[in-house]
Amino acid sequence: MKPSEHRPQWLWNKLLGDPVRAFGTLSLLLLISLAIAPAKDYFSQWRHYQNSYLKMIRSRGDAVTLRRHFQDGIQQIWNPELGVVDRCTTCHVGVREASLTDVGLPFRRHPLIPHNIDQFGCVMCHRGQGAATTVEEAHMSTLAWEEPMLPERYIESSCGQCHGAELTGTPQLNEGRHLMARYGCAHCHTVKLPEGGSLKAENDAPSLSHIADKTTREWMYAWLKDPQAYAVSATMPNFKLSDEEARDISAFLIANSTPVPGDTLTLPQQAASDPTAGASLYGQSFCATCHAAQNAAGNVVGGDVGPELTRIGNKAKPEWLAAWIKNPRVYDPPTEMPQYRFSDAQIAVLTGYLQAKSDSDFLANIHLDPATPEQITHGKLLLAEYGCASCHEISGIKKPENFAPELTRIGSKPTSQLIFAAGMQHTLPDYISGKLRQPRAFAARLKMPQYNFTTPQIDAITTTLLSLNERAQRLPAALTERSSPASNYQPAGKAGQLMNDLACFSCHRINRRGSDLAPDLSWEGSSVQRKWLEDFLGNPNTLRPALIRRMPKFNLTREEIATLSDYIMTVYQTPAFDRESMPNTGYPAVSVEQGRQLFYSKYACQSCHIVDAKTDKGYIGPTLTEVGSRLNAAWVYHWLKNPQALRPGTIEPNRNLTDEDARALTAFLMSQKGSRRQETTK
Amino acid sequence: MRYLRISTGFLTVGLVFSGCARTPSSNTAAKGTKSISTLVEVSGGKQTAAAGSVLPQPVIVQGNDDQGNAVPGALVSIRGPRGTTFDPPSGPTDSSGQFSTNISLGGMAGRYQLTASTRNELGKPIELKVEEIALGYEEILGRELSEKYCARCHDQESTPERLSNYDNLAVKPHPLNEGDTLNSISDGDLTAIIEHGGPALNKSPLMPPYGYTLSKAEIHALISYIRMISDPPYRAPGTFYAKQ
Repeated sequence: MKPSEHRPQWLWNKLLGDPVRAFGTLSLLLLISLAIAPAKDYFSQWRHYQNSYLKMIRSRGDAVTLRRHFQDGIQQIWNPELGVVDRCTTCHVGVREASLTDVGLPFRRHPLIPHNIDQFGCVMCHRGQGAATTVEEAHMSTLAWEEPMLPERYIESSCGQCHGAELTGTPQLNEGRHLMARYGCAHCHTVKLPEGGSLKAENDAPSLSHIADKTTREWMYAWLKDPQAYAVSATMPNFKLSDEEARDISAFLIANSTPVPGDTLTLPQQAASDPTAGASLYGQSFCATCHAAQNAAGNVVGGDVGPELTRIGNKAKPEWLAAWIKNPRVYDPPTEMPQYRFSDAQIAVLTGYLQAKSDSDFLANIHLDPATPEQITHGKLLLAEYGCASCHEISGIKKPENFAPELTRIGSKPTSQLIFAAGMQHTLPDYISGKLRQPRAFAARLKMPQYNFTTPQIDAITTTLLSLNERAQRLPAALTERSSPASNYQPAGKAGQLMNDLACFSCHRINRRGSDLAPDLSWEGSSVQRKWLEDFLGNPNTLRPALIRRMPKFNLTREEIATLSDYIMTVYQTPAFDRESMPNTGYPAVSVEQGRQLFYSKYACQSCHIVDAKTDKGYIGPTLTEVGSRLNAAWVYHWLKNPQALRPGTIEPNRNLTDEDARALTAFLMSQKGSRRQETTK
Repeated sequence: MRYLRISTGFLTVGLVFSGCARTPSSNTAAKGTKSISTLVEVSGGKQTAAAGSVLPQPVIVQGNDDQGNAVPGALVSIRGPRGTTFDPPSGPTDSSGQFSTNISLGGMAGRYQLTASTRNELGKPIELKVEEIALGYEEILGRELSEKYCARCHDQESTPERLSNYDNLAVKPHPLNEGDTLNSISDGDLTAIIEHGGPALNKSPLMPPYGYTLSKAEIHALISYIRMISDPPYRAPGTFYAKQ
């Protein structure tokens, strides 16, 4: 026998050979096992951090204060309403200490935020696992907990969980929401909002039911192949279609198109007497307020409300363009384009000018044979496959339901459910930004098209998408601040019809409907004098010297001006005061002089406003040279008392004026009647 | 995420070292050209961006020889504090002697000092410090408010859309990053000027009061922003203790 075979037997006898030995050994084992838990606790990670914190503060000047604030053991922030159980402050001991701005993590003070950490906890904003007490479990994704901490570049997404309305402090989130609305993500992806309803796109893509009236098949082919080659700022993404696909889709769309009566207009070609007439009419009509065009230096200059016009001559048929300029609502009733009251001669000049905006090389290499019935059938199939009808109205094709994956909870999608592209980091933010940057990199035949977003734009959209998560859906309504939906306000009667024709809501906001390109007109009737309003509608001029985009001249008739003025003066009045409550004229010279002193000396209003065009230079506020014949005295007085009450968000500071000062300033301003009036009325 | 960042940090350091190791070979490749004697910043310094996000413009540095001519083909690497990532972290200078890299700053608000480095023929390190600014929540709020309320007078740079009012003012406002002047004004005095206007400190009445327009928190945010972008940097007065 070898000694080793005796070994277990020997050990057994030695330890448990008789009852006394067995008792002793087992007691010892029990003692050791009982010590495991306290030992684990003693050597735990968080205790290590707390000890190094204590060591760190010892050498500081405010050691006594910091030591007094320090609490030993596991710390916890508990908020059952938000579902928060956070132990992060166990290691991040100094988050509330104002003086700890010069130390590194994990002890550094938390930067100032509008929320109290003790009410909100940490994971509300930073995500990760709040209940964990080890570094790895709290920050990273583990088997049991998939949600890692949120990278700092997307931190604003957490604000978006509760705040549906725009916040000044979250520009990235605001930008992301704006981009999602502009690029119409919600056309294909459903996003249900926690307050009910679902996310809407800013506007619908153009209808393709009558496309053959507007453009040629060759242009459509080129556009389908690469929209950005036609217009750098085009919203439509690139679907990376093959030549055959673009050929067949354009074949179907042309064959499927039905004409709209009256959407073409042939005007006698007359040689424009002045070659610059088109450009100056384009300028005078302020087309650039909404439409952009590439200038000689290659920069896209102009507004983004309407399509870019750099190569419009390659796209639009002249007879369609003329009819569109005459009355855009014939072809597209809900369009944001106003109906200018141009004469036929003006339309011809403008059409000629726009037709000349073309690139002779653009369609030079595109030669399409007449479409065969097979191609047309195939084109229809492709339309359904790419979901074109999600964005565009196409007669005979139904808008597909749930064409793309729902994004309501995309921000809390577990990484185990994601399929990553090769070589990318396996995190949700990386997945989302990768999809936005290059969707087809994930698989060859994916349908999502290629957008041309810049890195900051991708970050902004990713931020917004990360805010659409489980927590945002679950939060009690009382704790959230939802955006107020835009109203569908519609002015009544003849004036309402006129306002639709002129597309006032494309620039102005009235009663929570419309855009913020131009001033809110909800209380315009209280603000301005009728005579001025009529003059302005007849011949609009900018009120601010530093603005280049302005209200276009619509060539309204006398009756149209009267209808609009009546409506605005009657309906758009503030309930705060009566516009007749103060006289517009007849202020005593003493008050006027007192107001002048206050204006120039005490309040130094000339830093932003111009009253005397010879001496004043202020560029920021409206010019006040004729404010006495523009505004009502009661409006001026109440505006001076509290500008933000009349127009929330206006940058004119509230000066907290006394009634006396406000009255004197009103008297001075109302005495500024200007000179234009006499000239126009003479 | 933190560990990933640390590992990328190590990666950067690793690349710096490997870059050092490779420098002689890259120099032999660039034989015939003069040796680098200085690194100069072409563009991209003193940018601001939200903490953790990518700087709007890449940082471009140029290697020059002692005659001031650009040196192409020299290996330049760049490193920074924890959390900063570079794309790419190192590379050769191009035909015009420039090296360009996109930078995303770390998650902590503050000033980030980045170091671009290369070696000359003798293996002597040549370094260039570039400073960037990461904005936290408060500073971003301050930046937005400053864009809305302050920039039109305090920023001389005019944009085509919004002409600067700076030139129209009889008493010129201080640009908000003018550290030489603003650093010597205490937080309390700055608050007083913003709240009550210039006359509060015997300054120009052209500066109106914003105390009834902006909240306390907003004014605080504005000051945080002004302090953050200040050039030269603002150093907060420390707390003084009798014991020391």
